[in-house]
Formats: sequence, C-alpha cells, structure tokens
Amino acid sequence: MKNKVEKCMAGVLTWVDQRFPLTANIKAHLTEYYAPKNFNFWYFFGSLALLVLVLQIVTGIFLTMHYKPDAALAFGSVEYIMRDVSWGWLIRYMHSTGASMFFVVVYLHMFRGLIYGSYRAPRELIWLFGVGIFLVLMGEAFFGYLLPWGQMSYWGAQVIINLFTSIPFIGPDVSEWLRGDYVVSDATLNRFFAFHVIALPLVLLGLVVAHLIALHEVGSNNPDGIEIKAYKDPKTHIPLDGIPFHPYYTVKDIVGVTVFLMVFSAIIFFAPEMSGYFLEANNFIPADPLQTPAHIAPVWYFTPYYSILRAVPPIFNSQFPGVAAMGLSVMIFALLPWLDRSPVKSIRYRGSLYKKWLALFVVSFIVLGYLGTKPSNVWGVFDASTWIVGGADRATIVARIFTLTYFLFFILMPWYTKKDKTKPVPERVTA
Amino acid sequence: MANQPVDRAKRRFLIAATSAVGGVAVAAMAVPFVSSMLPSARARAAGAAVEVDISKIEPGAMITVEWRGKPVWIVNLTESMSQTLSGQEDKLTDPNLDVTSQQPDYCKNATRSIRPNLMVMEGICTHLGCSPSPKLQPNGDMGDDWKGGFFCPCHGSKFDLAGRVFKGSPAPTNLVVPPHHYLSDAILLVGEHSKEAV
Repeated sequence: MKNKVEKCMAGVLTWVDQRFPLTANIKAHLTEYYAPKNFNFWYFFGSLALLVLVLQIVTGIFLTMHYKPDAALAFGSVEYIMRDVSWGWLIRYMHSTGASMFFVVVYLHMFRGLIYGSYRAPRELIWLFGVGIFLVLMGEAFFGYLLPWGQMSYWGAQVIINLFTSIPFIGPDVSEWLRGDYVVSDATLNRFFAFHVIALPLVLLGLVVAHLIALHEVGSNNPDGIEIKAYKDPKTHIPLDGIPFHPYYTVKDIVGVTVFLMVFSAIIFFAPEMSGYFLEANNFIPADPLQTPAHIAPVWYFTPYYSILRAVPPIFNSQFPGVAAMGLSVMIFALLPWLDRSPVKSIRYRGSLYKKWLALFVVSFIVLGYLGTKPSNVWGVFDASTWIVGGADRATIVARIFTLTYFLFFILMPWYTKKDKTKPVPERVTA
Repeated sequence: MANQPVDRAKRRFLIAATSAVGGVAVAAMAVPFVSSMLPSARARAAGAAVEVDISKIEPGAMITVEWRGKPVWIVNLTESMSQTLSGQEDKLTDPNLDVTSQQPDYCKNATRSIRPNLMVMEGICTHLGCSPSPKLQPNGDMGDDWKGGFFCPCHGSKFDLAGRVFKGSPAPTNLVVPPHHYLSDAILLVGEHSKEAV
C-alpha cells in the first residue's frame, strides 16, 4: 500500500519536473545550496526579514478588507477594525508591530553585513539590491503611516512632503504633484493607499527575489569573511566548509523564528503601542489640518535621519542642505562596497582603528535616533556666555557633532580601512 | 532571399528607429498618468477664495479660517501688540521683506498688512509645513524676551506678530501672507487680490 502511494507521488513529481523545474529549483536553492558551516547568531535576521515580509503581506491583505481609504472614513474604519471586526485588533497590531519589527530585523541584518564585510566583492549587487529593499521599506512605512489618518499620520506626511518643497526650482510643483492637492488631503490619502498596498509591495517582492538570486549565485559570506568555494571536494565539487541549506539552516532558522515570535507576541499582547514608539499617542486623534500636535516626531526607525535633517542649519535661506544631508545619510550605504579598502572582510581580522570607527558610528546612530524622538530643546540651552555655542540648544549641538561622525565613518573609510593593521586570515573557516 | 548578406547598417537603423518611436510612445503615455496625480478639477475649484466676517474679532483676538485646506490666521492687534512690531528688527531674519514671494506687494510695508491692525497670514510654518501655535501675549511660557508672536512646536521656529521669522529658527522665511482684500469694512476676502491691486 505504502509503496503504491510513493510510486504515485514519484509519478506526479516526474510529470511536473518534465514541465516545470521543481526538483531542480529545490536543489539549487535549498537541498544543494551549500552555505558556510560557521553561521552564527547574526545570520538569523535574513530569514526573519522574509518571515516579517510574509506576515506584513498577509495581515495587510486582511486589513484592506475592512479599511476605507477615504479622508472622511479612514480613521473610523481603523477604529472599526480595532473594535468591531472579529480579531481585527490582533491583525492590526500584528501589522503595526510588524512594521517596527521589520526595521529591527533589517537594521540587525545590515549590521551583520557591516561587521562581516558581506557587501564586499563579489557581493556588491546583493548589497545594492538590499539598499533598494531598505529604501522601498522606508517608503512603505511612510505611506502606510498616513492611512490611519490620525494627527501624526497627517502632520508627519505634511512635513515629509514639504521636504520636497525645498528642492531648488521644481520643489513646490513636485510636492503639489505628490499630494494631488494644495495640502495633504483625501487625494493624498487615496494615492498613498495605492502606493502602500500595490505599487511598493510589487517592487519590494521583485527586489527580494533579485537579492536572493544574487546571493545564491555567489554564495553566502560568513563570519570569517572568506570564500568557501576556494576549497571544494575534488570529486563532488561541493565546498568542504559548506553544508546544505536544507535541512541544516532551515532547522537552525526555525529556532530563530521561535524566539522571534516569542518577542513579537509579547509586544503584540502586552505593549502594542510600545509607549508611543510603535504607535504614537497623537495618532489616536483624528487628523486636523488646522492644528499641529505640540510635539511631532517620526516613528523610531526614522529618527536618526530626522535628527540629521534638524541638525543641519538652513544655508542661504534654504532648507535644502538639511534635506540633502538626510537623503545622503540613507543613500551613502550604497557606496560601502567601494569605500572599504581593507584587505580583509570580517571584523574578526580587522585592526583596532576600524573597530573604533564602527563603534563611533553605532553610537552616533543610536544618539541621533534618541534625539530624533525628542524636541530639540530636550537638554535645554547652553549658557549665553559659553564659547561659540552660547545660547544654542544643547541637543542640537550634540546632534551636529554626531551627524559629523556619522558621515565621517563613511567618508574616511577608504583611508582608515587601508591604514588599519589587519590580522592574518585563515584559509578555511573557523568554528 | 535567404542567401542575401546581412545588412547590419539597416538592422542598426531599424533597431534605433523602433527604440526611438517606442520611447516617444512611452513618454507620451506617461503624460496622462503623471498628470492624473496633479490636483484635480475639484481640488482646484475648492481652492476658491473665502469671505470672512471680521467685525466680530475683538482687539487682541485671533480667528482661523480655512482656505485651500490651509489655516489662515486673522489677528486683530491691540495698540500695545502693534508696538511690538518695531524695535526688534535686528533679531529678525528678513525685517525688510526682501523675500518678496512671502507677501503680495500691497503688504510689503511695516506691518505686512493692508490695515495696520489686522494681520492676515497663512498659519503654515515655512520650515516644513506644521501649523505654529499662537503665543500672542508677551512673556509667559516663552521666556522673558518674548513680545508676542507664534511658535512652531515641530522644530521651534519663532515668528513675531506680523509673521516675520526670528533669527536662529529653522524656518528660512517669513510666514506667507495670502492674496486678500477687503470687500467692505466688515468683510475680508481671502484668496484673491483686489482688482485694482493687479
């Protein structure tokens, strides 16, 4: 009996394989995709990002079944989801928490790339597709945040769209075109809905596929930053330090997924608003175009860039330098493969100079992130008699210093990575 | 036919011509899609001027009306409020109103208004478009140097009662004075220049 079923299944598989490369694809990407055997903790976050993407798509589809992209109805429809739709609160909290967790996971994933040199040749395109994913993700987060049509949705969108106004010459027309009206309005909400639920998700999925195809073409990097393809079994041509992604890493990743879901559930059930960091208090007030909330701050994942925007003073009566600096602070990640001149990839074999700069960058990112959540007078002002900075907001001066170190990490990278004393790199991966 | 040599020049020409015509078609098709995102006829119509009854604004009080979805402030200055408009020019970014886009020519004067006691301006910060909060009274929570004006909660820009920005604010320019004129003693029309002014 068992034999008969097996025979039947094998027959079906053969039928499919003659028409679609199913088995070949499973082999190429799972059972015969050889990943380095020394992956550690930091390698959980790629698969977790994929998990969150699926969660966002699924919860998003179910939210669109009840949500109304209309300025008169949007706020009410979100309240309706929270109160009247069966389990609607859970689906919505999964989606809103998922947005923040997406950035947690992606930032850790990017940090992994940073410390192990995963962006270096031959993986530059993987990194560039990744930067593209990051940009689209920021777009998704921004467009999605307008949809509940609360005060923060409204004024956040107003501020961000007005950033475009500062572009010389074409700015005002561009922001009017983006809004589809003279202010953020129903027209804006409706198009942001279109961007959020269809336009950007399609681009995102395309980029994720490209990211994975490029990864599986060149193979994964590893904590030693060396190429496992250099030492292959002479007969089988399988890398000696590689193990099949399935079952080894699928099983490992399930452990990561389990821990992640524990954290994720804890947030959803106990702190879905995360004291205003995931869902801001002012967003529980319907959008009012005539009144700005007393304190406007973006959601936490945008705050480092927002701090940079605020830190750069207007030059020649123009806000554009700050806007340009903010744009550059995100785009500059794309240059990493060409800025890093070190002979080694992994932090394990780098010298102290690189480690100091990396530490400074992490501190800058966190301090800027913190300051971005606070008003610029959070630490008061310097005494009027203080040398040079007298009378200025303390927090603004601190933000300026860390904006500088943020950019110096990148700008000076060709110099300090070349000058750094590196350690010898092993031939084969270490444990 | 089959034995004729390949004419590469002809192929190149055909490829270039097809690409060019295809490119023009794509560009032409982009026009309706891009234009569809501009403000619609309905949105443009809603931008029409609004009439405001100003006879009931007490001295020292401010009302907010909506024009093109934006808050427009009308402040009736008292004698003492009017006096704060002169004397702190050195603290202002643009006391002489050199940035002419921020007010119509008929308001390029000491009070940035048609009637010296009646301020009309868009309540939208020139920094990033938040709506500043009125802090019309001197001192208070704004500190001892404060003579009355507007404070933007988003990034801390400060303006005087005529909407002129103070130095050190993130906002680069003064608040915008919208086109407006008086239809009668008591009726103000926001959103249109007077016929004589144009």
